Amino acid sequence: MSVESLFPRLEPLLPKVQKPIQYVGGELNSTVKDWDEATVRWALMYPDAYEVGLPNQGVQILYEILNELPDTMAERTYAVWPDLEALMRAEGVPQFTVDAHRPVRAFDVFGVSFSTELGYTNLLTALDLAGIPLHAVDRTDDDPIVLAGGHAAFNPEPIADFLDAAVLGDGEQIAIAISEVVREWKAEGEPGGRDGVLLRLAETGGVYVPKFYDVEYLADGRIKRVVPNRAGVPSRVFKHTVMDLDEWPYPKKPLVPLAETVHERFSVEIFRGCTRGCRFCQAGMITRPVRERSITVIGDMVANGIKESGFNEVGLLSLSSADHSEIAEVAKGLADRYEGTNTSLSLPSTRVDAFNIDLANEFSRNGRRSGLTFAPEGGSERMRKVINKMVTEEDLIRTVTTAYTQGWRQVKLYFMCGLPTEEDIDVLGIADLAKKVIKAGREATGSRDIRCTVSIGGFVPKPHTPFQWAAQCDHETVDRRLRELRNSLRNDKQYGKAIGFRYHDGKPSIVEGLLSRGDRRVGAVIEAVWADGGRFDGWSEHFSYERWMKCAAQVGVDVDWFTTREREEHEVLPWDHLDAGLDREWLWQDWQDAVNDVEVEDCRWTPCYDCGVCPTMGTEIQIGPTGRKLLPLTVV
Amino acid sequence: MVQRLRVRYAKRGRLRFTSHRDISRALERAVRRAGIPVAYSAGFSPHPKISYAGAAPTGVASEAEYLEIGVSRACDPQRLRADLDSSLPPGLDVLDVVEAHAGSLADRLEGSMWEVRLTGVDPGEAASAVAAFLAAPSVEVERLTKKGMRAFDARQAVQTLTVAAAADGTAGQEPFPSCVILRMVVRHETPAVRPDDVLMGLRLVAGFAPPSPPAVTRLAQGPLDAMTGEPADPLELDRVGGDL
Repeated sequence: MSVESLFPRLEPLLPKVQKPIQYVGGELNSTVKDWDEATVRWALMYPDAYEVGLPNQGVQILYEILNELPDTMAERTYAVWPDLEALMRAEGVPQFTVDAHRPVRAFDVFGVSFSTELGYTNLLTALDLAGIPLHAVDRTDDDPIVLAGGHAAFNPEPIADFLDAAVLGDGEQIAIAISEVVREWKAEGEPGGRDGVLLRLAETGGVYVPKFYDVEYLADGRIKRVVPNRAGVPSRVFKHTVMDLDEWPYPKKPLVPLAETVHERFSVEIFRGCTRGCRFCQAGMITRPVRERSITVIGDMVANGIKESGFNEVGLLSLSSADHSEIAEVAKGLADRYEGTNTSLSLPSTRVDAFNIDLANEFSRNGRRSGLTFAPEGGSERMRKVINKMVTEEDLIRTVTTAYTQGWRQVKLYFMCGLPTEEDIDVLGIADLAKKVIKAGREATGSRDIRCTVSIGGFVPKPHTPFQWAAQCDHETVDRRLRELRNSLRNDKQYGKAIGFRYHDGKPSIVEGLLSRGDRRVGAVIEAVWADGGRFDGWSEHFSYERWMKCAAQVGVDVDWFTTREREEHEVLPWDHLDAGLDREWLWQDWQDAVNDVEVEDCRWTPCYDCGVCPTMGTEIQIGPTGRKLLPLTVV
Repeated sequence: MVQRLRVRYAKRGRLRFTSHRDISRALERAVRRAGIPVAYSAGFSPHPKISYAGAAPTGVASEAEYLEIGVSRACDPQRLRADLDSSLPPGLDVLDVVEAHAGSLADRLEGSMWEVRLTGVDPGEAASAVAAFLAAPSVEVERLTKKGMRAFDARQAVQTLTVAAAADGTAGQEPFPSCVILRMVVRHETPAVRPDDVLMGLRLVAGFAPPSPPAVTRLAQGPLDAMTGEPADPLELDRVGGDL
């Protein structure tokens, strides 16, 4: 059965919508394969607007890897804006891929990558536009396997009813393995139909099929247990870990869009995982252990990426890029290579120390010396101990002052509000810190031309972290603390003008909290919000807190119970059967340590503290130094 | 900068949905991939020296877009044409490159010839609307601009306007709806009169309202020939050695 392009039906709609170029495909390095020559066909979605989804590394990597397989093809689809959605509904045009404009429903696997829970309503729009039943139990053999991945898939329970399957962790190898299972199943004549292939996937232990698990509840609403309801389905599902990043140097052919996107650069992941142990950080907990890409492969990937894309900016990505064991050599080597070429290098800088400034100086050799960002995260010394972000006030002021004296005029400080055990004084401490920074900076530089911007994010407790048991702070308290902080900064005659303040209100964090730590009962809220018109919840102009609260009340879900309620040690959490390798007892101990202001060191440089990941997953820390250097590129 | 090159390129097919900003990003990247020694502006944030003249609106195709590239090392125009063309996505096609001589390229772009394909339209109805439009001394239309709704005359800038049945063999044949082609030469004035303004004018003077969105293509732009009234090749002067 061949599939026709929907483009002739889409094209007449495009002159009527905003930014039509995002729907036409044809990106440099995109791939269109012959439909009939592939046996396994994937539609990959990033459930946000094209401008956000296109640069996503995860989707780009899987797209490339799957298309490299001879009998597999992958195309991409993104969330369509409401203007096009309305026209598609009016004209009966289904959800399409941007590569060859094929209908999503015609594919075998519909893989959706969730970096954030705020994309859940967009999943429902895409399913509905595609003509795929919203609920997995209503799907037929003509529907694709709806598969979730990404960090939010570490607790897919709120969207469990809408998914056929979910995978945890690094996608490279498991995507290939899933392709293989689907290929064999199809070659055998699709025995057992839809459940046949889902059972094969579940039996591997690496793919979670929610409908093969029953959730039982206690009378008070807590979960009693989650148990498989079929023979052969394992009681726990484990995450996937790619152990040698040098063997997976993707993207090799970065997608270069015509439309403007949020990241106009070529990005190289310089390592995966982080063991700094910041207790609020889900990414740092679920991506362990640290696995570095070697300096020479980084150099090759940068050279190749610039050549293939024509981008003039390169970003070195990771959870804490300054922690790469050879980052100084990488920075110097790349800065030397691209000196005078109008290629700029960027490093998301979060570490608060002088070394970070040396790096930033190196990176700004070829470009502009605009602003530096540091992330102390907590406003008081005590708070930073609670979250295990080991920075003293003295360190911070010394580091920022050094940045000012070396010519950086603008420093951004990132904090969180609503952290466990937080009190008003911890948040007001942010104002004191900012004022001290400006005071010290003015003394050191003899100039008043220095600025500092305080940027605040709302803390949301996440699954698989020590704070998974914590009570989320209510939004009234967060908003009140932020108001007081703002007033303290604004009313300061001496320093107020030199300090910028950026923050969001606390309401979206409550919805994110509901979706992060929710269980299957939260699915009804998501569906009700979507049916009521909820779309693009990550966008403040589309997000409606009132709608979420109204719909939660309608379906009888108590938002406070899921968000601001502290859990006790032995409560069964909705994601307990999904294994990131972290030892539950260690997580609980780390939560107790947090409350008692006890810090824990990074296991890269101190002995193992038994978080459990390496023995459970059969992995180990992989770091340099390799001792190798980046040689100058030969000019052609 | 040692040399300036003038480039004619086309924006075809689905690439007509690119905006001017999309094209400028695509070009800067294509220039880098092709290894063209583009010159950069001096200063705090250097920009490649590429300047654009009169870009067609988003959604409109074009066979005649123009830009100028400054290079830091002399380039053979034909080589640059091939390199840049192969580096750009299909649909952004480089048609012609010449070395710039004296005179401003933008000044030579006095007018454009546009083709507007309309489907599901009765040719007779289109012809009478065109006649009514041409007979009117002025036709005031409104368009939403960045400064809000703005009214201006769409008639004076229209030098010629003709209507013909589509010659591609599909017109009028079932199940294809009938298709007509409008051709117009419009002088570049301020405020700019665009083909959709002329279509708005046809609606105002004759109630002419095509049922589906028009497919618009710029066929040519350049100095308006006094004899024919049509745009001539704006790069001709560079080929013969510049303005006198």
